[in-house]
Amino acid sequence: MKVAVLIKQTPDTAELPKISPDEVLSGEIKATMVINPWDEFAAEEAIRLADRFNGDSVAISLGNENETDALKHALAMGVSSAVMVDASVAEGGDEWTVAGALAAAVQQQGPVDIVLTGKMSVDGNSGVIFAGVACKLGWNLLVNVTKIVDVADGAVTVERNFEGGQETVKAPLPAVISVAKEINEPRYPSFMGIRKASRAKIPVLTAADLELAPKTTTTRWENLRKPEARHTQVQIIEGDTVQEKAAKLAEALLAEKVI
Amino acid sequence: MSVLVWIEQIDKQAVHSCWEVVGKGRELADTLGVDLAALVVGNDVDGVAQEALTYGVDAVYLASDPMLERYRLSAYAAVLQDAIDAAGATVVLTSATIRGRELSAMVACKNGAGLAPDAVDIRVEDGKLVAVRSVYSGNMLTDIYFETEKQFASIRPRSFSTPEPGEARGEIRPLAVSITEDDVPEKIIDFKPADTSEISLTDATIIVSGGRGVAKDPELGFKLVADLANVLGAAVGASRAAVDAGYIPYKHQVGQTGKTVKPDLYIAAGISGAIQHLAGMGNSKIIVAINKDPEAPIFERANYGIVDDLFDVLPALTEEFKKRLGKED
Repeated sequence: MKVAVLIKQTPDTAELPKISPDEVLSGEIKATMVINPWDEFAAEEAIRLADRFNGDSVAISLGNENETDALKHALAMGVSSAVMVDASVAEGGDEWTVAGALAAAVQQQGPVDIVLTGKMSVDGNSGVIFAGVACKLGWNLLVNVTKIVDVADGAVTVERNFEGGQETVKAPLPAVISVAKEINEPRYPSFMGIRKASRAKIPVLTAADLELAPKTTTTRWENLRKPEARHTQVQIIEGDTVQEKAAKLAEALLAEKVI
Repeated sequence: MSVLVWIEQIDKQAVHSCWEVVGKGRELADTLGVDLAALVVGNDVDGVAQEALTYGVDAVYLASDPMLERYRLSAYAAVLQDAIDAAGATVVLTSATIRGRELSAMVACKNGAGLAPDAVDIRVEDGKLVAVRSVYSGNMLTDIYFETEKQFASIRPRSFSTPEPGEARGEIRPLAVSITEDDVPEKIIDFKPADTSEISLTDATIIVSGGRGVAKDPELGFKLVADLANVLGAAVGASRAAVDAGYIPYKHQVGQTGKTVKPDLYIAAGISGAIQHLAGMGNSKIIVAINKDPEAPIFERANYGIVDDLFDVLPALTEEFKKRLGKED
């Protein structure tokens, strides 16, 4: 069995609040770049699936040649190999262009049974790339998966959550699966893993290596901005006892008509 | 041309946030000068279609078949495509639930159309939609302009108010189901409904959240949070610190790496107010902070504050609201 895991390199979540729209627009983000935290769950599951079913795993990212830290993290965790898709193949394109490039890279790996992804990136927040990849590949899509129950007889059985409850679903392979945080506890890379990953040469796929459809621009971003700061003057409820404070707060909230 | 809204149903009950989308859809359709249509998919779901007529849609397309009993992406995507064609829809809206998000993404991609996922606002400019999205995990906003004739958006719950239902108007149009069970590769093997007594964070009008401040007795702390939530009919939230410490499961986490919420009232107990938490709840209408530390940053965003121990304040508030809301036991 072969599992591909899609990885994005994103700003460290602790540094997201200080990134400015100008940095994003110029592409010069002054933040530590790491593996998208949601993708760690996908990488962990790829390693576990490859172990369980005696297969191997490949991590695929879209980025510039020097943006390999996230892929190296996946390798250090234990993903078997990694490839980078050169960012130029999707530059100026939309989510469907990115999904098409990733789908083409998946197809370039030979027969892949399962593509794993995180639930979204912490920067773009679109959460649609997995759907686009499934759409471009014409594969089944299973989202928000909390457990891969079994892979047998050319089908995968998963548990997944949605607002109304939990389902167990079986779908034929190949399939694209987006994983939820509940699926596993991603491992920390071992010292040996980090050493091995640091020496890895990551091949870069360009337009010449991939069968790509023309780029599309179905939407465009305008007026990227920080949300307006909330200006509130806090009213501290004073009182001699907590009961008195509670009574005053209850009074105020009922007057606000929010209860 | 028309605006088409998918009404998600779970066990023959409409998902509430879809009515918020219908309300906004009515406004968009009127601005564009086109009809507003709804799509109801399921088995034996006439009740949901009838309900949709009371929210001001011009027509409801109803696809009913035993095969459509439970949501499956490939089946529902095929039906949505048929409805788009039948209604001549150029604007296709869903609520940004897990299913609404994947359905709009899959069908938008198949149509080569533009999509604004999880939009928090939407308007019309020059005959086209402009959506507003929250990006960088609540730290930035961007406008999304569409370059395609077909425009898809999923709308984050509680972005718009729920319209008042009125007299039923418009008509129900049965939609022939063009697929058979053989066309649907996914099979549902088991289904466990969610605990319906638990209020979901994203739909809640009131949220009571706990944070690191419960550390001296986390079990009691979150019991006190839940007691107050119970009296107020509120959902229970938590800060990342509380979730990471194992005090409460991840599904309760509010903030940059948890859920983004927009209740009318957010009560933060023992939450310091890290910028990552504020990114997830800063749009709440009224924020109440309960914290022993008067210097906690949460007070800078709060409308009301109590500087005291949550272990004393929460039970006092619970008692007070029991009295005032007539829930004395």
